[in-house]
Amino acid sequence: MSFWERNQLKIAPFLFLAPAILIFLVYVIYPIFDSIWVSFHEWNGMDKSGTRANGKPNWEFVGFKNYITLFTDDDEFYVSLFNNVRWLIFSLLAVPIGLALALFVNQRILGIRYIKSLFYFPFVINAVVIGVIFTWFYNPKYGALSLVLGFFGLDPIPMLADESLATYGIIIASFFPGIAYTMILYITGLTGVSREMIEAGRIDGASGFTMLWHIVLPQLRPATLIAIVVTLVGALRAFDLIAVMTAGGPWGSSEVLAYKMYQEALFNFRMGYGAAIATILFLIMDIYIAWFLYRLFKNERSEK
Amino acid sequence: MGGKMKKLLTLVILFTSTIASAGTLVVNSNQSGEPSKSAFDAYVAAFSAAHPEVTVVVNEFEHEAYKTAIRNFLTAEAPDVAIWFAGNRMKFFVDQNLFQDVSDVWADADLNDSMASSKGSLTVDGKQYGVPWGYYQWGVYYRKDLFDQLGLNVPRDWAEFKWVCAMLKKNGITPITIGTKFLWTAGGWFDYLNLRINGYQFHMDLTAGKVSYEDPRLDAVFDHWRELIDPGYFLEDHASFSWQDAQAPQINGEAAMYLIGNFYVPTFEAAGIGDQMDFFQFPTIYKGVGVAEDAPTDTMHIPSGAKNVEDAKKFLAFMSNKEAATNWAKMGGMLSPNKYADKPTNRFSIMGAKMLAAADDIAQFWDRDANPDMAGAAMEGFQEFMVKPDREDKIRARLEKERARIHGAL
Repeated sequence: MSFWERNQLKIAPFLFLAPAILIFLVYVIYPIFDSIWVSFHEWNGMDKSGTRANGKPNWEFVGFKNYITLFTDDDEFYVSLFNNVRWLIFSLLAVPIGLALALFVNQRILGIRYIKSLFYFPFVINAVVIGVIFTWFYNPKYGALSLVLGFFGLDPIPMLADESLATYGIIIASFFPGIAYTMILYITGLTGVSREMIEAGRIDGASGFTMLWHIVLPQLRPATLIAIVVTLVGALRAFDLIAVMTAGGPWGSSEVLAYKMYQEALFNFRMGYGAAIATILFLIMDIYIAWFLYRLFKNERSEK
Repeated sequence: MGGKMKKLLTLVILFTSTIASAGTLVVNSNQSGEPSKSAFDAYVAAFSAAHPEVTVVVNEFEHEAYKTAIRNFLTAEAPDVAIWFAGNRMKFFVDQNLFQDVSDVWADADLNDSMASSKGSLTVDGKQYGVPWGYYQWGVYYRKDLFDQLGLNVPRDWAEFKWVCAMLKKNGITPITIGTKFLWTAGGWFDYLNLRINGYQFHMDLTAGKVSYEDPRLDAVFDHWRELIDPGYFLEDHASFSWQDAQAPQINGEAAMYLIGNFYVPTFEAAGIGDQMDFFQFPTIYKGVGVAEDAPTDTMHIPSGAKNVEDAKKFLAFMSNKEAATNWAKMGGMLSPNKYADKPTNRFSIMGAKMLAAADDIAQFWDRDANPDMAGAAMEGFQEFMVKPDREDKIRARLEKERARIHGAL
């Protein structure tokens, strides 16, 4: 038997995986390390052998300088970091609201299917379109929000032009698709809830909130986990709505790390500095992903 | 035989004929959206008619996306001609050796004579690095009908300007509309206040990074600006609005004045208030300061990596063709830099041409004169100042820190 015939079964899987692994290495793994390398340099994105306006080379090794500047000399970095935290905390509201909607539409009423699809609709719309719609909605002069406020005799609120409100304004817009998504997760989860358990609970006298808390929710745990994870990752990746609705403004007050990275690298032409922000964002996400994988493996082991 | 063979034969002939001629000319353009697109297409058509041996291929980019894309394509895959902007925006690429010296085009096509007024903004160290194709004025576009109703005259100096604002405000009209969401409109206000108070040379030194943002000469600029901010003469919540959003109050007759470029004209004419609108030059603040205006110039350049330099030079030199030059500028709502071009016919362009011809100096506009990384940070500061004027010291300290990082300590 030739070598190939003897080892065919062992080698074949790797051959099939090879294209995917190669692409993963080139487009995911390599750029991660390259970004970290770039973050130790000052680079304006131009030809590395040229010189800048201040006479220094376009590509200059500066060690940890970018990180030091970020942490000690850039107020906007802390604004962005704090905004990321706000996104993480407040976007989680989409999970209970999604659950409530799922319970609401999970009834046998005539036409509920159409209502379900209406609630799901925002998730299908492109984020840019949602951003534009909400920008119009918030428009303090002609927007629907100011009309409603005006009806109650209140002054218009410039949601997106107020430094303390802008981030909340965008988070609320992100609920629009976010709630739809968690709702769908829970609707699927609810179909798996055991009828026997609910019957048994009913015999033992559970109803309403007790029923939900002690019998339905524990069975929805997988759905809850996915809903929370997806929402949190979405919050860390928040970018498109910010770009469309405020462009990070007013004066940078609604920036998050991902947006600041884009702004610094592509508009202020500080590639190294942008890469440093990307590295920090990567580390933050990494801690979270490591924790998540650890929980997942632990759960699987205990189930076995 | 027959059909197929004939087709093949024509293909072969076509193929060999393009090889025989100088070939294709690749032009990267940011002239997206109307009317810029058809104006540029007309220029390409006129050029192709005059030079049938050259096949022009136009890569069209969206106007904003072009600003980041150009950095990539100039180094990675350079076209033969790239459209760009005069002043510091051009100088940045000249310093990076990415644009070619085209002084010979200026000499051969006699542009030194016909384009004399724009020559300075395209010259670095005595050499020209591009050819201008259009420019436009900035100034105050105002509702003449509202002024007439209240018996107001066009303000010529700062006191009159403030008086006009006060009277409009008193009568429930927003004196000045502006949308600062995308920042650059605030840059226009800073430009004019600084040009009128400290003059052209100081303004150029500031944009070149040679003056501190904490320099006491800038105090007067921010003080004058505050005289409009504190009484609420600017449109409320302007940080919510883009420059297009800010047109609505003026078109609805709720706001009277708008400091903006001449590209605004087609919009308000289409909105049906062309007859109610008029234009005036930004008022004098200090007597004795030379009159400088913002008039951004749009240009064409040959990247250093261009493959078909010979035809690229023909394409640039074609701007000396008076008819083609006139059409491109006119159809795009701009003024032609070619002094032999036909005089503009639009009322606002005529006023602009007259005003610019009389100006002592021409600036390009804040985000074209200043270094690109500084321009963005500064305009963000201007926007913040227009909403929170009490933070002036903090904002100026922040801008000075940025300036020192980019241009080095003074």
